Amino acid sequence: MKILSIALNTFRENLRDKLLYNLLVFALLMIGSSVLLSRLTLGEFHRLILDLGLGSINFFGVLIAIFVGIGLVSKEIEKKTIYTIVSKPVARYQFLLGKYLGLTFTLFVNTVVMALGLLLVLYAQDVPVEGMLFKALALIFVEFMVITAVALLFSTFTSATLSAIFTLAMYVIGHLTADLKTFGAKMDDLSRGILNGIYYLLPNLERFNLKGHVVHHLEISGSDLMLIVVYGATYTAFLLFTASLIFHRRDFR
Amino acid sequence: MTPSSDLVVQTKQLSKIFRVGFWGKRVTAVDCLSLEVRRGEVFGFLGPNGAGKTTTLKILMGLIYPTSGTARLFNMDMGDPRAKTRLGFLPESPYFYDYLTSREFLRFYGHLFGLWGAVLSKRVDELLELVGMTHAKDLQLRKFSKGMLQRVGIAQALINDPELVVLDEPMSGLDPIGRKEVRDLILRLKESGKTVLFSSHILHDAEVLCDRVAMILKGRLVACGRVTDLLDQGASHQVELVVDRLTSEGLDHLRPLTDKVVMQGDRMLVVLKSQQQVGGALEIIRSAKASLVSLNPQKGSLEDLFIREVKGLQRPPENRA
Ligand SMILES: Nc1ncnc2c1ncn2[C@@H]1O[C@H](COP(=O)(O)OP(=O)(O)O)[C@@H](O)[C@H]1O
Ligand SMILES: [Mg+2]
Repeated sequence: MKILSIALNTFRENLRDKLLYNLLVFALLMIGSSVLLSRLTLGEFHRLILDLGLGSINFFGVLIAIFVGIGLVSKEIEKKTIYTIVSKPVARYQFLLGKYLGLTFTLFVNTVVMALGLLLVLYAQDVPVEGMLFKALALIFVEFMVITAVALLFSTFTSATLSAIFTLAMYVIGHLTADLKTFGAKMDDLSRGILNGIYYLLPNLERFNLKGHVVHHLEISGSDLMLIVVYGATYTAFLLFTASLIFHRRDFR
Repeated sequence: MTPSSDLVVQTKQLSKIFRVGFWGKRVTAVDCLSLEVRRGEVFGFLGPNGAGKTTTLKILMGLIYPTSGTARLFNMDMGDPRAKTRLGFLPESPYFYDYLTSREFLRFYGHLFGLWGAVLSKRVDELLELVGMTHAKDLQLRKFSKGMLQRVGIAQALINDPELVVLDEPMSGLDPIGRKEVRDLILRLKESGKTVLFSSHILHDAEVLCDRVAMILKGRLVACGRVTDLLDQGASHQVELVVDRLTSEGLDHLRPLTDKVVMQGDRMLVVLKSQQQVGGALEIIRSAKASLVSLNPQKGSLEDLFIREVKGLQRPPENRA
């Protein structure tokens, strides 16, 4: 119940944040702008709209997760708003989870809004909508949950600005880890070991990317999809657990 | 000895060392501090800026961990969640969620204590009334002045009807009317049986409010006790007289008894060396047919005491009495 109260308060904070609306408007403009592109062959045009649309949703969702999300905890500490929360009968991990849930809810609403924007564009342009699109959107949301947990972890021990930079870096690297592994395969044992270590430690965010499947009409099995979701959930749980440990020990000074 | 069930706050040999800067330089903010606050009293925690008051209170509130020593609330170990349900805290120069209105703000804190619905609405309205903020109940906190923030901050600290109210510098940044209102509020809390622990760097605030005070300097306790006892200790025992139309002959008789005489036309202010001189002085005034306007024994102030204690600490040890 306390976690939920904090989550709702966080959600309300996000809803009153102008930055959120600015990002959302930009995302919708991006999604809509694909309509303006000069018509190529019909097949290419469909592919482009889907590619650009899903790409925009992913990109702007991550920006929202990071720039609205860094305020999650580091801003609360910097502004000392946390003093009155921690002195109430609220355990520190409850505060963290509440913040996390609140932002996740914000991201969910935003993903739905952006997805509706994309569907509108697809409908207006007579692009056929397949089930794979919704699977892709669901995994994009799972990726947001992982990124938010990364932002939360960083913000438990560093400033808002540094958390933003670190999280952005994690996002970029997270999409390159598969390349790291391929890259490592061509190297000597030590380098390969290090690169493999990074590969397994950092989240492999490319796993959540089904854009190719949508654009090229490929299928994915239900069990594969399930496995990816479980991967995302486990990784998130690990991040939240680590964040709680750090948060429990730190001084609010 | 106070029975431990009546000890609302207790610290033993509490110390906090901060590490600051790149090299981790050690700053001792609180140094072996042992304190006791008893049920039902107003306790003033006094000392200049940087003395370690906020740090101590933050340890008590579970915001930072002590380097060594222990702190207990309601005779429970630090970090016991049950203690926090009986506690209210107003941080120093508070910042709050400025996107909330005062009502939303108080409701949110109520939820953290499991208060919902009509019970909570009633409590919120009462508190807004109590701190005089009913007119601003639907205004976002970002539009509040410092005094208004302080008021909703106090309301927030009282949302759970706590047994112990801890206020960090509740009067700083307020105008004289605001200060008086906070003083009245603290007295009202005491009347309703609550224990109040507040910090201040203005000793006068404490003199009129507190049952007991502790004074700290550089993290260390320099004085602690009942205000009346400390005031007696700090008193100079001088007596101030105001006399009208005293002849110069009468004044000559009076002089040996005084420390200071100030003339102002027909009226003069006479400071007697001590209370022993009062009888003699009155005799002289009567026989000189002058009229006595007022007689005031000079009370000491906590400020006098504090300054003496500080001087005592700064003197090299071999000269100390
Ligand atoms: N977060 C912190 N990091 C480093 N030093 C601190 C911190 N907070 C307080 N201090 C130091 O501890 C001492 C006590 O500070 P504080 O408890 O705020 O005093 P007060 O509340 O009595 O004015 C000061 O010397 C201050 O510089
Ligand atoms: Mg202070």
